[in-house]
Amino acid sequence: MPAADPTAAARPPRRRTRHQRARELAPYLFIAPFFVLFLVFGLFPLAFSIYLSLHQWDPAEGLAAMRWVGLENYWFALTDPWFQRSLWNTLWFSVVCGVPQHLVAVPLAYFIHTSFKRGRDAVVGAYFVPYITSSVAIALIFTTLFSKDYGVVNSVLHGLLGIDPINWLGDAHTTKPAVAFIVFWRFLGWNLVLYLSALQVIDKELYEAAALDGCGRWRQFWHITLPLLRPMMFFAITLTIIGNLQLFDEPFILVDPESGVSLSVMTTAIFMYRLAFSDGDFGTASAVSWLLFLIIALLTWGNSRLFGRSEGSHAA
Amino acid sequence: MAPLRVRAAQTAIAVATFPDLDRAAKAAGARWTALHPDVALRVVSLQYPDHHTAMTTALATGSGLPDVMAVDFRFIGKFAASGGLEDLAAPPYNGMALRDRFVRYSFPQAINAKGALAAIPTDIGPGTLLYRQDIVDRAGVTETELTGSWESFIEAGKKIRAKTGAYLLANAADIRDIVLRSGLADGDGIYFDAQGKVLVESPRFVRAFELGRAARVAGLDAGAPAWTNEWTTGLRQGRIATQMMGSWLTGHLKNWIAPASTGLWRSTVLPGGISASYGGSFYAIPKQASNKAAAWEFIRLMTTDTATQVDSLRVLDSFPALLAAQTDPFFDEPIAYLGGQRARRLWREIAAKVPAISVNKHDAMATDMIRSEFEEVLTEGKPIAAALADARLLIEHRARR
Repeated sequence: MPAADPTAAARPPRRRTRHQRARELAPYLFIAPFFVLFLVFGLFPLAFSIYLSLHQWDPAEGLAAMRWVGLENYWFALTDPWFQRSLWNTLWFSVVCGVPQHLVAVPLAYFIHTSFKRGRDAVVGAYFVPYITSSVAIALIFTTLFSKDYGVVNSVLHGLLGIDPINWLGDAHTTKPAVAFIVFWRFLGWNLVLYLSALQVIDKELYEAAALDGCGRWRQFWHITLPLLRPMMFFAITLTIIGNLQLFDEPFILVDPESGVSLSVMTTAIFMYRLAFSDGDFGTASAVSWLLFLIIALLTWGNSRLFGRSEGSHAA
Repeated sequence: MAPLRVRAAQTAIAVATFPDLDRAAKAAGARWTALHPDVALRVVSLQYPDHHTAMTTALATGSGLPDVMAVDFRFIGKFAASGGLEDLAAPPYNGMALRDRFVRYSFPQAINAKGALAAIPTDIGPGTLLYRQDIVDRAGVTETELTGSWESFIEAGKKIRAKTGAYLLANAADIRDIVLRSGLADGDGIYFDAQGKVLVESPRFVRAFELGRAARVAGLDAGAPAWTNEWTTGLRQGRIATQMMGSWLTGHLKNWIAPASTGLWRSTVLPGGISASYGGSFYAIPKQASNKAAAWEFIRLMTTDTATQVDSLRVLDSFPALLAAQTDPFFDEPIAYLGGQRARRLWREIAAKVPAISVNKHDAMATDMIRSEFEEVLTEGKPIAAALADARLLIEHRARR
């Protein structure tokens, strides 16, 4: 518009401030959905569970039934034999599922990296499929495979070795190894992909130089690959620690939680669920969740001391 | 807004329920509409676990509550203790006046520690021993041997296993669950007495554990917990000869577990002269329901109207809690699946004998503890006395809150 109108000179600044204000507000509006969702589904439950862990509360009795008990829930959980047992089970799974994942994934990744040129994606994809498959589907398939009287595993064992049917998921002696195997199988592909991606960024010249100096593949693996994989190992092992300590789906679906044998695979996450949803004790369940958080934080810290400390020296 | 007038303006009641029980509410729709044309019936049905989780959440937050809430037996103790349900014993309901019209043991299940009546029973599950006549015949075992005593039941099982290869029962734990109900009288609890004392070290539990272990040691159980694939396949293929359960299992066998076995199964009393019940369903009104008067009318229709109860029986194969419904001619009809046996008469007799045991809100937790300790006895060889002592400590630890 031309500036013929004497009032026009006064108007634009006002319009600009409104416009400016809108421009200033717009970014906040754009990021608002995330913050609203985070506040409602992230921060609030987190804060509320701390609050809950200091109360005794059966949700069926309504919000008014909350009773302040201070740290008693924490003490109650720590002295509960089932909590101690669930911790033992969780640590058992962490070690038995976790360690082989890495012991197998690192050499396997190295093998795939060095030996496959064509078809590598298909091989990696095959290993990765279990990771992206729904845990419920996996659990249902393995329930069938491990079935005592009708399962493939038992019929193969019987056919080849003449072993009597084993009640894999119904006998406390075998439930843990059976569940551990499935968890191992499921997350192997994930770790494989992590290590493969790390292998791909290692400078090829290092290997060429080593080869010129007369290093064989084994020494190359030991002195070049492993040290340079260290940052990725730190990352992958941290994820494994966190994942295994929160293990829930596989043992929960594979071993009927209603049966007595389920105690043999009751992880701390399952114990927490049962406290809340079977016993209606949300306070203690929240306390258990925070205890579990502390344990995860502690182990992750330990892991960073072990693997993360000389990260910088290999960064270049 | 005047609350009294709101009622007339409200035109719907919401009934929250779960399958298969929802079929009873839907079947009663026409009858409800005829009686209350101005109040529409809205049946909201979720899967069994989802329904009870949703109702727990609704009670916790006081929002999303229906007018009528269906509650399964497993949750009735917890929900009754919650205080979130109307006391149907108080005016204007005066539900206790209905008590004599129902199977004796069903009302106490819905009465909480404060004496409030949280729900009205609609169906029950008289405990029966279902067995495969053909397998039992092949083994040369009689029904009397199966039911005479627990010892004769186990002996019969050994014969069945030896001669036919079939397991006597799906899970050794089934024996334990029933034996620990033996000798209970009206007012007794399974795990707790009236003062809340834990009873799991009593001879009743010792015997239950011993008999269960004996069955496992003799290799008589398939080690298959109920409702697992192993269990359904075992029943379907005739690898499991007997199953102790509520009479309603007959409907499940007929409809989906073993439809091809028509005429092969029979029903009889539980071994050892025990009368017990398995499961059951109830209707309750949440304190925050918006249309309580209509909700109560609906519950009255579902639970105290003989024709509706008989309809539910036909639709669901459930067993009515209402005594008047149990004298319907339908009870005398032969059941083809059970080889023409008039089993409903037997179930009626069993239901009349089931003691009115009292429930404790920690029953479900105590059941968990007993199950786990029993498993230790079976697989780790833990001595029974030690297992029961540990169970007592655990139960006391948890129940003190």
